[in-house]
Amino acid sequence: MWKRLEKHRSSKSPSGMSSREYLSEEELAWIQEQVEEKKKLITTMRNKPWPMAKKLTELREAQAFVEKYEGALGKGKGQQLYAYRMLMAKKWVKFKRDFDNFKTQCIPWEMKIKDIESHFGSSVASYFIFLRWMYGVNLVLFGLIFGLVIIPEVLMGMPYGSIPRKTVPRAEEEKAMDFSVLWDFEGYIKYSALFYGYYNDQRTIGWLRYRLPMAYFMVGVSVFGYSLMIVIRSMASNTQGSTSDGENDNFTFSFKMFTSWDYLIGNSETADNKYASITTSFKESIVDEQESNKEENIHLTRFLRVLANFLIICCLCGSGYLIYFVVKRSQEFSKMQNISWYERNEVEIVMSLLGMFCPPLFETIAALENYHPRIGLKWQLGRIFALFLGNLYTFLLALMDEVHHKLSNEDTIKNITHWTLFNYYNSSGWNDSVPRPPLHPADVPRGSCWETAVGIEFMRLTVSDMLVSYITILLGDFLRACFVRFMNYCWCWDLEAGFPSYAEFDISGNVLGLIFNQGMIWMGSFYAPGLVGINVLRLLTSMYFQCWAVMSSNVPHARVFKASRSNNFYMGLLLLVLFLSLLPVAYTIMSLPPSFDCGPFSGKNRMYDVIQETVENDFPNFLGKIFAFLANPGLIIPAILLMFLAIYYLNSVSKSLARANAQLRKKIQALRDVEKFHKSVKGRAIVKDSGDTLKGSSKNATQLQLTEEGTTPHSTSPSQTLEKKAQGPGTSSSAGRTVLPTTRNVPVSQPPGVRLNSSQPLPQTHPWRSTSGKSTRRPPPH
Amino acid sequence: MGNKQTVFTDEQLEAYQDNPFRQRIAQVFSEDGDGHMTLDNFLDMFSVMSEMAPRDLKAYYAFKIYDFNNDDYICAWDLEQTVTRLTRGELSAEEVSLVCEKVLDEADGDHDGRLSLEDFQNMILRAPDFLSTFHIRI
Repeated sequence: MWKRLEKHRSSKSPSGMSSREYLSEEELAWIQEQVEEKKKLITTMRNKPWPMAKKLTELREAQAFVEKYEGALGKGKGQQLYAYRMLMAKKWVKFKRDFDNFKTQCIPWEMKIKDIESHFGSSVASYFIFLRWMYGVNLVLFGLIFGLVIIPEVLMGMPYGSIPRKTVPRAEEEKAMDFSVLWDFEGYIKYSALFYGYYNDQRTIGWLRYRLPMAYFMVGVSVFGYSLMIVIRSMASNTQGSTSDGENDNFTFSFKMFTSWDYLIGNSETADNKYASITTSFKESIVDEQESNKEENIHLTRFLRVLANFLIICCLCGSGYLIYFVVKRSQEFSKMQNISWYERNEVEIVMSLLGMFCPPLFETIAALENYHPRIGLKWQLGRIFALFLGNLYTFLLALMDEVHHKLSNEDTIKNITHWTLFNYYNSSGWNDSVPRPPLHPADVPRGSCWETAVGIEFMRLTVSDMLVSYITILLGDFLRACFVRFMNYCWCWDLEAGFPSYAEFDISGNVLGLIFNQGMIWMGSFYAPGLVGINVLRLLTSMYFQCWAVMSSNVPHARVFKASRSNNFYMGLLLLVLFLSLLPVAYTIMSLPPSFDCGPFSGKNRMYDVIQETVENDFPNFLGKIFAFLANPGLIIPAILLMFLAIYYLNSVSKSLARANAQLRKKIQALRDVEKFHKSVKGRAIVKDSGDTLKGSSKNATQLQLTEEGTTPHSTSPSQTLEKKAQGPGTSSSAGRTVLPTTRNVPVSQPPGVRLNSSQPLPQTHPWRSTSGKSTRRPPPH
Repeated sequence: MGNKQTVFTDEQLEAYQDNPFRQRIAQVFSEDGDGHMTLDNFLDMFSVMSEMAPRDLKAYYAFKIYDFNNDDYICAWDLEQTVTRLTRGELSAEEVSLVCEKVLDEADGDHDGRLSLEDFQNMILRAPDFLSTFHIRI
């Protein structure tokens, strides 16, 4: 095709005009078509199953073609602009590609995760990938909070020590720098930018007139908004990747055969494990296949399951009550003096211990139930989820009690503060001529700032959780591995194969722990802006620590079954936890009044009043009217109803689409069945005929051996059988096989012409090509 | 990146010595089918086995890998070979033949006693973890 264009140009060039102007319309259209085709080829090059060398040459050819002729498509002056646009588009594509490569290189910990993947398989590695993703989300949240709330207050707000809320009270001052006090997040840390109480309620700060209270509120809301958006986006991309799971049960053996080997495995121990687990899984499926339902004592099974569930519910209620009791006790302790370290940290210790010991307890009880491992895993996950949820909400309830208690004290403290200041300014014994210095901030009586107290509780819980999990890994995995490895030489039984042996990495426990920690961060970040920063540090250290622990002390799972759709399951759990952690924060924002002397909302009636204030003062008037109009319940309730209707409509649309999908699939299956049926019918009919003639020819063969007559009438039948054989060999190989030997016997008495054909070997490949209406054709000679 | 004839034998791919299909992989991706790969073949292999390869491409090459006798169909003998390699000979002969029968039952759409590319693709594209297991991370 290039030759055509070259000829065209060469025929035109003697006239001295530019060849481009003389390309006729049809040539232009044809070139355009070719360019489009080549472009399409370039984009779909990845999908083609060609070898790499061929792909590269085709790609280069296509790209050269597009480059050469794209410029020719524009006309006149527009052509230069067109060429310029194309150039820019190409540069943009190249830039995007380089940027993508750069982004891939920047992904942290890729080699570590690949190492773990090759040793332990893809399911353990998926936990670390999840951890890495969580780290990214927390990093973004930290950037948001740090940049928009902490930095402005630290740089542009009042410094430490200038106003009461930012100063350590006089009573606590001497102990404020002690490590034990700092570890409990009291002392100087409590009066720093890490907690809610530090922030001033000035409407604008600094020369930029930065509206800090508004920023604080909006950042708090956007933390939840961003988390929600990113979790849903991740779920959506997961569902797009996976196909519909309609007929998965029909392909158990095929899937086991073709998808059970994990090509990522690069370690011989893991490979051994994998071989063993594949063998076990095949044997299990074979046993399932061969055995009929063994309804062995279903009543006993049911009774045991009910018993197990009852025991577990008892455990859950027990743990909930224990937490409530401990939190109440800690409130009493805080009123006492000289409390020991244990009494101070009792709540956190109890919660962490429960989280550590209850899951194995549940697993032991679940051994009564005798479920298939996949179902058992789901039950276990559900129970651990219920445990963590119960613990968290009991903790919150107890915390709410404390908050209400603090709020009820506020009035009395307000009075005390008022009277103290009054007395200070009006006390006798002071010269009236010199203006009195204001009361030192450390001496002003302080309200008990409930928001900071809540923030401190969450902070302490996070830190203690982290410490407990690290200690668990160190003791439960590392020390156990050391013990098994070194004591094995001098122990009665084989420690590695027998009781303690090496630990396996508990994927579900770790993932749930991660999810619930994130829930606590979401709950606490409104009251302690520094919590997200602590969490970032925690995830960072956790990544390195757990990578080391897994490689040094864990062994790959002995029994591997696919929890394959679990990726979206964990995301769904994260979404649920996000909503559950949004609820307490929303409740406190909406219904509790902020403390009167600490935090960015002090002095307001409710925290969300800051929005109204901003709208009134900072926005133009008509916007205020619009917002007031929008906030009218008469408008909001119909909007909510409309959203419900939209959800119902979309739900029914998606259901009908799923139904249509299933019907189409059934139709395809039916068409395939019909095709196969027709083919098999044709084949059977042919075989039947050849079987009849076969019977006839075998009888004749025996007769032929006795007499020499009747060769001519019989000569047609073997050739007919041969032809019919050619038409339908694949349908019933057994019939073909029986036909063959008899025809070999027949040619002994046949005329030479027919004999030539009958001694030819039957065509093995592509028998269909000789069929369909060409019944008189002979099989092609090989 | 010219086309130097750097030959990679399958002994050099040490990290994958435990893969039961290592010889098949080398044979499928090598130019002359005998297991010796040039740089282009090597690139091809990793491109197909990478995360970004499309499903259909992976299914096509998976079919070629599991087709031991290179006749464009996965027949019963190919299936037997696959099972034996996957279980390293731990299953008895009747168990092996039972498994092969079941697979043919499930996946053979046109009932010709062997799996064509179409049958294989229909089946494998429904597998939930095909993409994650047929994958080598670099």
